[in-house]
Amino acid sequence: MFGIYLKRELGRRKKAALVIALGLALGIALVITVNSVSAGMTQAQDKVLKSLYGLGTDMTVTKAQSAPKAGSSQGPNFKFDAKQSSSSKQSSDRVMTQGGQALSSALVTKVAAQQGVSAAVGAITLNVTKVDGSFTQGKAKSTTSSGSSNSQQGGPGGTGGNSSGGGQPQVQGGGASFNVNSYSVAGIDVTDQELGPLATSKITSGKTFTASQTGAKAAVISKSYAKSKKYKVGSTFKINGTKFTVIGIATPDSSESTTDVFVPLKQAQTLGDAKNKVTTIYVKATDSKQIATVKKTIQSNISGTTVTTSADLASTVSGSLSTASNLATSVGKWLSIAVLAAAFLVAALLTSSAVSRRVREFGTLKALGWPSRNVTRQVVGESMVNGLLGGALGIGLGLAAAYTVTAISPKLTAQLGSSGGGGGMGGGMGGPGGGGPGQQSASNTMEIALSAPVSLTTIALAVGLAVTGGLIAGAMGGWRASRMRPADALRSVS
Amino acid sequence: MYRLTSVTKRYTRGKETVEALRGIDLTIEDGDQLVIQGPTGGGKSTLLQMIGGLDRPTEGSVELDGVDLARISEAKLTRLRAEKIGIIFQSFNLIPTLTAQENVETALVPLGVKPAERRDRAAEALRSVGLGERLSHVPTELSGGQQQRVAIARALVKKPKVLLADEPTGNLDEGTRDDIMALLEGLWREHGLTFIMVTHDSSIARRAPRLATIKAGQLTLTEQSPYGGEQQYAQYGNQAY
Repeated sequence: MFGIYLKRELGRRKKAALVIALGLALGIALVITVNSVSAGMTQAQDKVLKSLYGLGTDMTVTKAQSAPKAGSSQGPNFKFDAKQSSSSKQSSDRVMTQGGQALSSALVTKVAAQQGVSAAVGAITLNVTKVDGSFTQGKAKSTTSSGSSNSQQGGPGGTGGNSSGGGQPQVQGGGASFNVNSYSVAGIDVTDQELGPLATSKITSGKTFTASQTGAKAAVISKSYAKSKKYKVGSTFKINGTKFTVIGIATPDSSESTTDVFVPLKQAQTLGDAKNKVTTIYVKATDSKQIATVKKTIQSNISGTTVTTSADLASTVSGSLSTASNLATSVGKWLSIAVLAAAFLVAALLTSSAVSRRVREFGTLKALGWPSRNVTRQVVGESMVNGLLGGALGIGLGLAAAYTVTAISPKLTAQLGSSGGGGGMGGGMGGPGGGGPGQQSASNTMEIALSAPVSLTTIALAVGLAVTGGLIAGAMGGWRASRMRPADALRSVS
Repeated sequence: MYRLTSVTKRYTRGKETVEALRGIDLTIEDGDQLVIQGPTGGGKSTLLQMIGGLDRPTEGSVELDGVDLARISEAKLTRLRAEKIGIIFQSFNLIPTLTAQENVETALVPLGVKPAERRDRAAEALRSVGLGERLSHVPTELSGGQQQRVAIARALVKKPKVLLADEPTGNLDEGTRDDIMALLEGLWREHGLTFIMVTHDSSIARRAPRLATIKAGQLTLTEQSPYGGEQQYAQYGNQAY
């Protein structure tokens, strides 16, 4: 009887049932969407942090850049001679370490020996600025024509001509045509590639370094850099005169790579004139829950260093990712709660109102000898079905919304604050003295495609909310029905 | 057997207290038929509620077979209603979404009768009131008289000891009224029920063997010629009987 009665009643009150179900569905869909977008935000933030740190890295040890001495110029210096022929090309590389003050390689061993440290590897980050092109001299020429003058060709090689004529020699032609190209190079410990800059990438072509290639003139380059330079596995290129062979192409886990070229640490130290030096030490803790303790240990035992954990780094992430994440966790959360509360209230009021309209019906059943619990069960049952219907609709709507977000994949940017410069690899803002190419600062901005993954927990939460909504509405309606006296059945007709 | 002793019922409406029943004493033997008549607001429906265990008196006692309905727990009172008392309402009070058969079944639900037996007994009850062909009709597909027959079947399907009817013909035309009255008379005699009916219809009241007139909460009993109305109802007699 319970099932038949329930089915018939819901069928009779389709509109009311639909209103209650839709109200609950809206609230539940919003909860699913906000939850899944929040999960997407968390994933995106994790991606940002992992791309900066590398998988398995719990913290980095760096040393802040010391202030430049007064009067000293730390800007790049290029020397070129003007040649007779414009076809004579010249090239000059300027290699600078970046990412803070260099640390002694011995410090890596010291950090690794600290309590709570599972592994530590050193890496050095270089910024290479390559200038190449032709520099031609201007040519001296005498003019013979009277009254007319050849206009001078300006340029670096020319000194300007005298346009008054009169057979005076003039400098014509000359100038410069050159390209400036900047890229980042990471020197990595090839004996332990689980930690460090290359850990953020996957080798998609060729192979990575072997443990024996500590001094090899081999390089792994990022996919984007390989594409821009049209390099393939087997290609060769020079860094400051040293020829390297490309042995692998690496695709970074995040959409933006901060490193273009990976070479063995020893080679990078030679290139950067930083023998036995590293700029960043990547540390893995024995227990991820003890990171804060390990950080304190390292800081107290190795003075003058900056230890940056992923939590520290996360606090420096700004940009649209941070804004959206904050929106999702604050506005989104409260909006969901408000809509859900409103949906619960509407469901409860509508159910209660429906019970009021059924006074005679419930009174009659009580007069026939139905115990209050049977009447209450009927009301709660109807509400539960409404709630579950709302839950099913809500899950459908929520999944559709989450799918849409994932399909659109809106791009979010994550920026590392300047305060975090001493943190993860490539954290330095520009080259020493601020003279480095501006694009280096852009490497601290990452673009992440937002997805909205829906977990089973979220679905379970939605079902739980649907049941709760049904129970709240049913409890209110059932309470009213249970308080109804059978005499009301007679009184309502008298 | 019913024994009502000094039954008083007071209602409070705001600051005003209304005395619907004033110290009513009444005895109804098993198998009796009693018609309660009186003006609107006189207290007849309130008295029926006390007798049916739908409400409790403010003072006094309402005993059915020695059990005081005013004193027993709500659960016991509910159980007693389910087992012993069949009620018929003026507006039929059928569940609009359920079929005639399902409506009749609702009276058997609190008795824990199994679904298959419920269906059989409900169908049989409906056949006994002449609605064997209307089992799967919902109330809106039935006439007023047919709806009241469903209500009668619902009241009798559990084989009650007492049948209470509150203005059972109040919403029916004259012809249908006589059909229903003939049916009720027949069932009362056939099942040996204690039949208590409230009505403001004087033609019905005149034919009752025992008439209780209630005015301003006070009862006056009139003994009439036994089954005075029997012959007259019979001339409209329901074909099913």
